[in-house]
Amino acid sequence: MDALRESDPAQMKNRTTVERTSEREFVVRRTFNAPAHLVFEAWTKPELLKLWWAPKSLGMSLLSCEADVRVGGTYRFVFGHDASKSMAFFGRYLEVTPHSRLVWTNEEGDGGEAVTTVTFDEKGGKTLLVLHERHPSKEAVDDAIGFGEGLRETFEQLDELLVTLAASSGRKDK
Amino acid sequence: MPHVSRFRDLGQAQSQAPPPLAFGDQCLILNHMVQYAPTRLDDSFAALSDATRRGVLEQLGRSDASITNLAEKFHMTLTGMKKHVGVLEEAGLVTTEKVGRVRTCKLGPRRLEQETAWLERYRRLWDARFDELDKVVDELKRKEKNNGRTTRE
Repeated sequence: MDALRESDPAQMKNRTTVERTSEREFVVRRTFNAPAHLVFEAWTKPELLKLWWAPKSLGMSLLSCEADVRVGGTYRFVFGHDASKSMAFFGRYLEVTPHSRLVWTNEEGDGGEAVTTVTFDEKGGKTLLVLHERHPSKEAVDDAIGFGEGLRETFEQLDELLVTLAASSGRKDK
Repeated sequence: MPHVSRFRDLGQAQSQAPPPLAFGDQCLILNHMVQYAPTRLDDSFAALSDATRRGVLEQLGRSDASITNLAEKFHMTLTGMKKHVGVLEEAGLVTTEKVGRVRTCKLGPRRLEQETAWLERYRRLWDARFDELDKVVDELKRKEKNNGRTTRE
């Protein structure tokens, strides 16, 4: 029994696990109750990819989803509600091995390319999917985690608070 | 230290009303911060109210450093830097460890919490994606069965 946590037996849900394996690396694991060629198909056909890549349950939506899934081919996913508030993710495929392995670059970051490797391992009609993300540096991971950003926001809010406090207490300049 | 007392007042005000912090959709981080309120949050504000201490945090965000390194970088005495690091440590923003005669400073537990929170958001993103992917794959399975043939690349 590798499917747990779900009360409805018709909706057996497999668990997703994540792990930080080094300063620069993260690994995501999930089993699918289907053979590898079908799971692989859903990752490599843009018309299928767009059905699941931006889950509605998280309030995400895709403005566009282009993926030319072959070695050297590029992809571009644009998230957002309209063009004024959107975010593009793009890169190129480094390896495309049918039904077993996909490798692509993530080039939207400032600090260099991150590389994502997905492997599909079929056993007894089920597929273990392992997604491995390698960031270019520890700094890039910090940015991804939002440590730098979080700190910046804290400072900005402190500045705002100081302005508010100064205004409400009636500033006394020397 | 006029800034510190200002922030102390602010901290008390915050214990009655929700903190006026908005981190966008980063609710998890906010939750973690609320656990610290009001004392810890208060300390954090005090710690962050000083330009040198903000600089020290940014520096430690890039790499761990000894108090001596930090004192040199910020052109101040060891005693002065020790004081600043002490304030940051009290606020949970920095931890220090003494090995031999060298005290090394690194970003503190707050950072770990932020990382944990981020990992959980990352997991939820993939979990939500994979729930949708299950549906797509189920549909492919059904089609394959109906067609009575295997798909070919």
